[in-house]
Amino acid sequence: MLDTLILSRIQFATNISFHILFPTITIALAWIIVFFKLRYDQTDNPVWMRAYRFWVKVFALTFALGVVSGITMSFQFGTNWPGFMARVGNIAGPLLGYEVLTAFFLEATFLGIMLFGIKRVPSKVHTFSAFVVAIGTTLSAFWILALNSWMQTPSGFELRDGVAYPESWLAIIFNASFPYRLTHMLLASGLTASFFVAGISAYRILKGDPKRAPRLALKTGLTLAAVFIPIQIFVGDLHGLNTFKYQPQKVAAMEGVWETERSAPLLLFAIPDGEEKTNHYEIAIPKMASLILTHELNGEIKGIEEFPEDHPPVAPVFFAFRIMVGMGLLMLVVSWGGCYLLWRRKELPRWALKTLVGMTFAGWVATLAGWYVTEIGRQPWLVTGVLRTADAVTPIPPSHVGFSLTLYLVVYVVLLYAYINTLKVMALKSVKVEEFETEEPLAGGSLTNLPESTQKQSKGESHE
Amino acid sequence: MSEAASSAAYWLPVIFIGLMGLAVLVYAILDGYDLGVGILLPLGEEDEAQRDTMIASIGPFWDANETWLVLAIGLLLIAFPIAHNLILMHLYIPAAIMLVGLILRGVAFDFRAKAAVGYKLTWDRTFKAGSIITTLAQGYMLGQYVMGFQPGWQAQLFSAVSALGVTAAYSYMGSTWLVLKTETQLQERAVRWARRAGRATLLGVVAVSAINPLVNPTVFDRWFSYPLVMFVLLIPTLCFLAFIFNDLLLARLPKTNDRHSALPFALVVTIFLMCFTGLAFSFYPDIVPGQLNIWQAASATVSLKFILVGALIVIPVILIYTAFSYRVFRGKATELHYH
Repeated sequence: MLDTLILSRIQFATNISFHILFPTITIALAWIIVFFKLRYDQTDNPVWMRAYRFWVKVFALTFALGVVSGITMSFQFGTNWPGFMARVGNIAGPLLGYEVLTAFFLEATFLGIMLFGIKRVPSKVHTFSAFVVAIGTTLSAFWILALNSWMQTPSGFELRDGVAYPESWLAIIFNASFPYRLTHMLLASGLTASFFVAGISAYRILKGDPKRAPRLALKTGLTLAAVFIPIQIFVGDLHGLNTFKYQPQKVAAMEGVWETERSAPLLLFAIPDGEEKTNHYEIAIPKMASLILTHELNGEIKGIEEFPEDHPPVAPVFFAFRIMVGMGLLMLVVSWGGCYLLWRRKELPRWALKTLVGMTFAGWVATLAGWYVTEIGRQPWLVTGVLRTADAVTPIPPSHVGFSLTLYLVVYVVLLYAYINTLKVMALKSVKVEEFETEEPLAGGSLTNLPESTQKQSKGESHE
Repeated sequence: MSEAASSAAYWLPVIFIGLMGLAVLVYAILDGYDLGVGILLPLGEEDEAQRDTMIASIGPFWDANETWLVLAIGLLLIAFPIAHNLILMHLYIPAAIMLVGLILRGVAFDFRAKAAVGYKLTWDRTFKAGSIITTLAQGYMLGQYVMGFQPGWQAQLFSAVSALGVTAAYSYMGSTWLVLKTETQLQERAVRWARRAGRATLLGVVAVSAINPLVNPTVFDRWFSYPLVMFVLLIPTLCFLAFIFNDLLLARLPKTNDRHSALPFALVVTIFLMCFTGLAFSFYPDIVPGQLNIWQAASATVSLKFILVGALIVIPVILIYTAFSYRVFRGKATELHYH
């Protein structure tokens, strides 16, 4: 029988996994949209405006899913993890508060003008709104990652009767793992949005879209991905070294190292066995793990055995890490290959377009896998060394949690299906519709929820 | 006590309960009207154009409106973590149901415009259902809160009355919003909705106001002790007058040149303000009625100071920006796509 602790953990993981899908896209997509709008302001070329108009609709949809799934998060702490706020609320509260105050509001209020106000305010004010929304999404990431990193590597506080009291806010925010985690996550968002834009644009081209807008968007996405991925691999390595220093038990799980060893091999594949405390079916490159982590061929890596009560479950961390890294390497091959093909022959061959369509949600897989590494890797602690996950959970009966979890799961499955399906419908619609080439661009507006916009589209279709 | 009264430990919780109260009030008014519009959404085939206009009238605002809920819950979480824990543990199931309602209506809003045409009505139904679920859950939770989370059928009954009352009140808000933002047939329809919703709301308010002091002796003492009674009875009196005046006014709407079309909405805002003041007056300084006051539930003073700086800078900016946004989108919703 599942108890309240494990059900609450599954529920939190479900909610936050569903939530993160959307901000991961919108954080970087907001900047891509600002780029489109700025290019339009500079060049007056309507093709940029068309790219803007399509992507701002995708952004609105994605953002709405992010907002509603985010509301759930602010309730989770009280409903399922009362111990969290009771013990570290003095620190977590203000960080969450700044997230709500600076970011959430900035985005949600300026979004109204960004989405609906293009005809109602001067173009500059509109571009400014889009810019503020982009700042807001990024600030949001800043505060959330500050809190998450503090939970991983807490500093700048003192404990009195088990309750954490802040001593230095700078030390709390800029804790040891924060700069690495923030950069790693922002780049992850950049990659997710790049492959997302490239994938949907490739889908439009595959479906026979002859226009320039999807080609420009495809090129933008692919170029960004090709630039981001090597930086991400570099930053990811730095982040790993930082983790090795501050949370060695997490690295031991990532690398599947059970006993402390020198010249540890890099495991390409293995099946970690928590019972026997060993790996089966290892495929390994000798000494590589030591080389990567310590920059010495015979460097020492601490094994799980050194942390008898304080280590995470090895298998999920081990596999999630390999999925993330594998996805990163795939991204490297696809984005550089795609850029090379684009440079050589202007138009991508169909197989390359199909590959990009297949990679549309590659960023989701890598990001989720990465978060599973870092979050499961922190267990059994909720706040490393301060609060154990089991001590923070609610005393309510498991049946209540089972009920809400079922409810969320059903809703999320339906919504994910509807989201992806709607993206498809929007892409197909834009293949047929000429958008607004015949109109004054400024009068276009993105009034997607108005009766007139559907009329305009059906008029466009009848022209075809 | 005089020394304590001047200290930060005394004042910070007071300031934060004020800010939180502001956030709850603004949320109830703002999301109140857009939830109300959702509740009223007519689902007939011939109503599609009206549905489009109704939804267009809340289009630019709903994201920001729901954010006030995040701020209110956020402030509760930040400033009064123990109360946040206690309240949400008691309200676990209704909170989960409300969240699902909010999720459904939020996404339905965007999907209806972007999904395949064949699914539009399905999303409109989802939008309406989500709005109703959210509202009922909020009303139920308000009832539970007022009853201090007591078990028993009386509390359940009271919460059920409260759920219906809040549904009527949001419909009232939503219909007067539509009177303000629409014209011709839809406006006439909204006027009819507003009159009916207004009367239902009055019933709900009377029921809740009568039961609350009867079941909570402390509330009774507070309201009916001389000489305060002379002053505080202004609140229900003003509230009642606003109901009556609004009903009479609505009977005469719409007028030529659309005169006074904003007044019903303003009157409903006044009613909300009065009801909210009444509730706050009943319970302050308790944050969980009869169990926990704001000083017992407050976070550490350093934490409150740190967040106060941000709150005092950001909240006025948000209010100014919200006003600006409403100015940009002023006028009738049907005009949103002209110019």
